[in-house]
Amino acid sequence: MDLYQELILEHSKRPQHAGLREPFEAEVHHVNPTCGDEVTMRIHVTGEGSEAIVEDISYDALGCSISMASTSILAEESIGRPLTEVLTTYEAMKAMLTSKGEDPGDEEVIGDGVALSGVAQYPARVKCALLGWMAFTDALHQSGRQAALTQLEEGTS
Amino acid sequence: MTAEPFTTEEVARIRADFPILARTVRAGAPLVYLDSGATSHKPVQVLDAERDFYERLNSAPHRGAHALSEEATAAYEGARERIAAFIGAQAQDVVFTKNATEALNLAAYAFSNSPHPGIPGSERFTLGAGDEVLVTEMEHHANLVPWQELCRRTGATLRWIPVTDEGRLDLATLDELVTERTKVVAVVHASNVLGTLNPIETIVERAHEVGALVVLDACQSVPHLAIDVADLGVDLLAFSGHKMFGPSGIGVLWGRRELLEAMPPFLTGGSMIETVRMEGSTYAPPPQRFEAGVPMTAQAIGLAAAVDYINELDIKRIHAHELALVDRLLAGLATRPWVTVVGPTDLESRGGTVAFVVDGVHAHDVGQVLDNAGVAVRVGHHCAWPLHRRFKVAATTRASFAAYNTVDEVDALLEALDRVPQIFGVAS
Ligand SMILES: Cc1ncc(COP(=O)(O)O)c(C=O)c1O
Repeated sequence: MDLYQELILEHSKRPQHAGLREPFEAEVHHVNPTCGDEVTMRIHVTGEGSEAIVEDISYDALGCSISMASTSILAEESIGRPLTEVLTTYEAMKAMLTSKGEDPGDEEVIGDGVALSGVAQYPARVKCALLGWMAFTDALHQSGRQAALTQLEEGTS
Repeated sequence: MTAEPFTTEEVARIRADFPILARTVRAGAPLVYLDSGATSHKPVQVLDAERDFYERLNSAPHRGAHALSEEATAAYEGARERIAAFIGAQAQDVVFTKNATEALNLAAYAFSNSPHPGIPGSERFTLGAGDEVLVTEMEHHANLVPWQELCRRTGATLRWIPVTDEGRLDLATLDELVTERTKVVAVVHASNVLGTLNPIETIVERAHEVGALVVLDACQSVPHLAIDVADLGVDLLAFSGHKMFGPSGIGVLWGRRELLEAMPPFLTGGSMIETVRMEGSTYAPPPQRFEAGVPMTAQAIGLAAAVDYINELDIKRIHAHELALVDRLLAGLATRPWVTVVGPTDLESRGGTVAFVVDGVHAHDVGQVLDNAGVAVRVGHHCAWPLHRRFKVAATTRASFAAYNTVDEVDALLEALDRVPQIFGVAS
């Protein structure tokens, strides 16, 4: 099955950067009410505006291989990178996942995330693949970084 | 005489009545539909009945004296009679709702802190601090959340009957759980996850000793078992049409007559009134009191056609057929040590659903592999989250059967399941 690429299975079996760590500015808990998948996520972001850096994303997740892998890839691709770049990755991931297969995903932008391109064929699983990202953007809100998100929305609208 | 499962030829004839069963899914795989517990498919007899209503009778029943309205009223009330007879009830004690969820909410909303001044006997439906509502740990959210909300509104306390490791109600403490404080016992007849058939007589006997009302969620039993409301002894009973070959958008709340008569309305508006003045209104007797607005006429007629269809098949044979499929599935799962069944593993007091987990693989992933082979099952918590917490699993995979399912379909499920350990690299 093309949905379950080796990379996804690896990430889901050995989630990268898993576990909850300090320091953090926000901790959020997200669930997918249709299947009961859960993720608790902490983020640690330093610097302001375009200088902001995602220092750490730590999490405790329970879920299907798609949601586990997606959260693991999110952490792997984002830790240590500028927040603006991470948000660009988020936009590209979301576009790919909701494209019904038209957007194969750009490895340059979303890295290992391209392994999740098969999910776009299964609308019921898109939520699984976005669970970690929803937690991440919510945590940005909670930690007072709405500005970065608003900028993103303006940029794409 | 015990009823026999359908023969291969009989099932083939039944399947021919369900056009959707002939379609393929994904990359051309024949559809193996094992999700009738969520919703069943509809035979042409039901589709025809609905279409016939729109083509010949369409109009608002109980509203108007023209010929079409009279005929629609007769068809609508005739449907009520056939559906009532199916559960051993009188037509006037059958209330049509949108689905079982609405029927259970109707029951829960009948209760409040004070009696309804215009409805004699409605003290029966008052609840307050110190009173208790008893549910079970295996309830569908539809028979749990409305009671939680009722307790929040009235100050009553919610309690619940626990579930054993085998997936049966733990009735050891029933006498302590049901006391003089208990006003309502709301319980599921057949669990939509475990398949367990609960011993309703025992619960009714204890509840009635203390004067509590018993509300039965019969969503997963009415479609599969011969039900007689008088034999069951419950006070209110709810089910959905769409799980028993009927259309969506129609459900039933049955109630003991004196209770329905004393019950305050839930949804209010047109068709449910007796007189209306600017200062206030009085209400029609049941069942009209609980059917505000232009009703789901075509759906009621469709459900009556579904009932006729079930009667023709013989519900005792439907149950025997489904149990034979459950037996084959349980036997197949038992030879796969990497699978754990959640719920009773024998046929004793059992309905037609089987839930299981593949050790180390999330149910969503199991379901995806099955889906790829055309096998449609339900994955998740099946609207019974507390039950899944009880078994310490996030989600289960559930197969549920109907009269049109075959032995080959059970084998197709097992065969597709065998791909799971290999794909996800867990021990098989
Ligand atoms: C046991 C049980 N109760 C209640 C319901 C709710 O039925 P509906 O969604 O048709 O209102 C269901 C089905 O989903 C069920 O299986």
